[in-house]
Amino acid sequence: MSDVAPASRNAALALKDATLAGLVAFGLFVFLIGLRTEQSSSGALEITTRFQTLAMLVAAVFAGAFLRALIFARTPIPLGRMMPESLAGFAASAARFAAPALLIFALLVPVLFYSNRYLLDLGILVLTYVMLGWGLNIVVGLAGLLDLGYVAFYAVGAYSYALLATQFHLSFWICLPLAGILAAFWGILLGFPVLRLRGDYLAIVTLAFGEIIRLVLLNWQSVTGGPNGIPSIPRPSFFGLPFADAEGGFASTFGLEYSPTHRVVFLFYLILALALLTNWVTIRLRRLPIGRAWEAMREDEIACRSLGINTTTTKLTAFAIGAMFGGFAGSFFATRQGFISPESFSFNESALVLAIVVLGGMGSQLGVAIAALVMIGGFELFREFQLYRMLVFGFAMVLIMIWRPRGLIATREPSLTLGDPKP
Amino acid sequence: MTDTEPILRVEHLSMRFGGLVAVDDLSFTAKRADITALIGPNGAGKTTVFNCITGFYKPTAGLIRLEHPDGRAYLLERLLNFRVAKLARVARTFQNIRLFSGMTVLENLVVAQHNPLMAASGFTFAGLLGLKVYRDAEREAIERARYWLDRTALLRRADDAAGALAYGEQRRLEIARAMCTDPVLLCLDEPAAGLNARESGELNDLLQFIRREHATSILLIEHDMSVVMEISDHVVVLDYGIKIADGSPDAIRNDPKVIAAYLGVADDEVAMAEAEVGL
Amino acid sequence: MEYFVQQLIIGVTLGSIYGLIAIGYTMVYGIIGMINFAHGDVFMVGGFIALIAFLALLAIGVTSIPLALFLVLLFAMALTALYGWTIERIAYRPLRHSYRLAPLISAIGMSIILQNYVQIAQGARVKPLPPIITGGHRLMSSESFDVEISNIQIIVVLTTLALMLAFSWLVGRTRLGRDMRACEQDLKMASLLGVNIDRTISLTFVIGAALAAVAGIMYLLYYGVIDFYIGFVAGVKAFTAAVLGGIGSLPGAMLGGLLIGLIETFWSAYFSIEYKDVAAFSILIVVLIFLPTGILGRPEVEKV
Repeated sequence: MSDVAPASRNAALALKDATLAGLVAFGLFVFLIGLRTEQSSSGALEITTRFQTLAMLVAAVFAGAFLRALIFARTPIPLGRMMPESLAGFAASAARFAAPALLIFALLVPVLFYSNRYLLDLGILVLTYVMLGWGLNIVVGLAGLLDLGYVAFYAVGAYSYALLATQFHLSFWICLPLAGILAAFWGILLGFPVLRLRGDYLAIVTLAFGEIIRLVLLNWQSVTGGPNGIPSIPRPSFFGLPFADAEGGFASTFGLEYSPTHRVVFLFYLILALALLTNWVTIRLRRLPIGRAWEAMREDEIACRSLGINTTTTKLTAFAIGAMFGGFAGSFFATRQGFISPESFSFNESALVLAIVVLGGMGSQLGVAIAALVMIGGFELFREFQLYRMLVFGFAMVLIMIWRPRGLIATREPSLTLGDPKP
Repeated sequence: MTDTEPILRVEHLSMRFGGLVAVDDLSFTAKRADITALIGPNGAGKTTVFNCITGFYKPTAGLIRLEHPDGRAYLLERLLNFRVAKLARVARTFQNIRLFSGMTVLENLVVAQHNPLMAASGFTFAGLLGLKVYRDAEREAIERARYWLDRTALLRRADDAAGALAYGEQRRLEIARAMCTDPVLLCLDEPAAGLNARESGELNDLLQFIRREHATSILLIEHDMSVVMEISDHVVVLDYGIKIADGSPDAIRNDPKVIAAYLGVADDEVAMAEAEVGL
Repeated sequence: MEYFVQQLIIGVTLGSIYGLIAIGYTMVYGIIGMINFAHGDVFMVGGFIALIAFLALLAIGVTSIPLALFLVLLFAMALTALYGWTIERIAYRPLRHSYRLAPLISAIGMSIILQNYVQIAQGARVKPLPPIITGGHRLMSSESFDVEISNIQIIVVLTTLALMLAFSWLVGRTRLGRDMRACEQDLKMASLLGVNIDRTISLTFVIGAALAAVAGIMYLLYYGVIDFYIGFVAGVKAFTAAVLGGIGSLPGAMLGGLLIGLIETFWSAYFSIEYKDVAAFSILIVVLIFLPTGILGRPEVEKV
């Protein structure tokens, strides 16, 4: 048994790999981390050294590469197969219970955490992103259209609501559908010229649209208020009863003691209802010809055309419906925050929602919900590390693409089954 | 057995890509309920002709006229894209099998019936509300899918992902899917490619069944001569984008120009080659 | 008239910078069919490395400007090329056979990593550089306006020209260039014929990154400031340039760059400066809708 020779050869190879990795790391980090530029009191830039940090990072990369080479002996890490069979099976059956469990949990959150205003707000934030994720899921997950500018519809919804509410004093329940229709209209307008573009081109064009919308919102001072946005957006009422500490208010009408938490709880259930509406519509549409056409288009557009499917209108429908839900979410956002500004509608938002959809598993409603919970919840939990959390987010995106490119929940539930066929 | 009426008339079809002439002044006629085969060496332009007929390419010149049994005629070179399939009811399969691999076999066949289902679903609204008219239409669609699954021996695979099927099964599925669109003309691009002798025989039976029971005209590109000779009524031979022969299978089999094209022999050496081969 | 000529000079300078970045986009798209989303941020990284290198050299007492420029060019190009290589190896190569969204998401992730990495490592504030190349020449004058061309503008255009020539030679005359062109035409076939496609693709990224680094240096010298966000906007504009000129075409990238630079400059000068980015982004949409193959590109036929 010659275990010694291979072991030392492995070690030698590992050392070589590690040295290479270390050198690369040194090259990458020597200037940007090893040296730091700071603005001195006189305004000029000064250099300070951070060689210790540099050394630690290079050492860490060296050690990591060494270990990896040693353990995996120079073959690419079979990340995809690292989940053992039993665990995969467990995950699959857990998924069946996860959806109803999560729903019940969501319904009970305001009850469980009534006194914790922070958690309630977090819940509202998570649900907003769940809704955005489900909305974008129609476009990206089901129809396979790479939309990098989804935030545009979110913005249209928010600003439409804000303007309708502040200028025309219409109630939330009228503004919401109007904002959705406007967003859908924009979806069709934007979609019509560009939806015949392929893959990456469509992605970058939608990104350009998103940015144009943001820039217009930023600069069109007279209508949108420019960088200051639109303030004093009316808060929602309980179907006409204001959440105020007064006669005729929600609290007094129901014989409760006034608490500001009432409005927060109402907002929570409101966004939950909107999100569930998005979910219901998506599930229903998936079982209808349009939904099947979306999924078929995602698989092979040319085959769809050969079957007589008008892929242009099919794509437009996906785009418009996705935009509509984005618009609804935007309305909710406007009324919840009370004011909006272009800052909230940058490309990072589009990237975040896209990441939620892709990482959750394209087309999977449950996956998107879990991804939103993990990412937004995670974001908030690491609030102190504000600076690092975007960096971690970026790494997460790259790592998950390499590990599980199809997302967390990669299996697809068919929308039709024949059941037990005759032999 | 064959109707003398033409269903497809291709006249002076030319397709040019920049400087490359893929199809040059091609004219031929396919008769109704016939099985017409388009053969020729690789690169002869056969798939290009298909793409022109089925609306994927816009021909540089020429006319493609399709006549339905009810008398309505369509100029296919003007119909682009999905309209050829939807209005003119021309269905096709692809050289490199294009199935919806992530969807089940059944779903593939139901997607093919998208247009009638969309109409029945009231453009989705009736469907959303679960109205009876849609549910009935869906049931019908599933029945039609079941019928074709039965004819192509894929019934027991109905709920499997299309991508998981064996190669021969995938080819059959593609044909079943095309038939679910209830076409007047079925264009098959190398349906026998990669099939063994038994599977080719089954394919022949299937195609003859389609022609006989559904009066669907078939246009097929094929390299497998056992399929071509066995079931075609009419053969058109292309080489370098030009038609070099057009007639019955027997006539084609013995045509020296065709033999030369496949063997790559220059025209004036054909007689010599024939002698060597023993014809 | 004088105003127009001045804007022309500015536009050409800006366009040269965009053109250098655009080459990276067009090469990568031509060879593996993906938009390297992180390329704009590679340009930003190049600029930062140049900034730090400059300051470091000044700190250790190098006073000769040409020497400093030369060393900075060397360091920035080499190290940014290393970034390009690393990014391709880590984020794109494993996904080469995956579905089409995967490398795009990975690229977006990479872009976010680079932006935040620089932001953390160097701080979020805008970084100024003391003017290193100063002076200029007056070309024309009138009562109201003098047309000047600064030395830095001359250097930018000349450097770009030199690099373009060197690069055309590389692609047209060398083995590597031939390999790159072969891979661009038909990747599978090229590999079957013995071309080392991994290495060719890597080198494509490396060269693109090196050129982006030069663009970064030029940007830094020209504007005198740099921040971690310039990659995003410059990236989209450079990609627009690549598409406008014809994706996959190198002279197209340069041409597109010049056009975008000129359009942006003239728009800011004659219409409105706030909406100049809107103008550039709108061009992208217009080009992709009406002229998707660009000015010098080859029309692509869909393989059915």
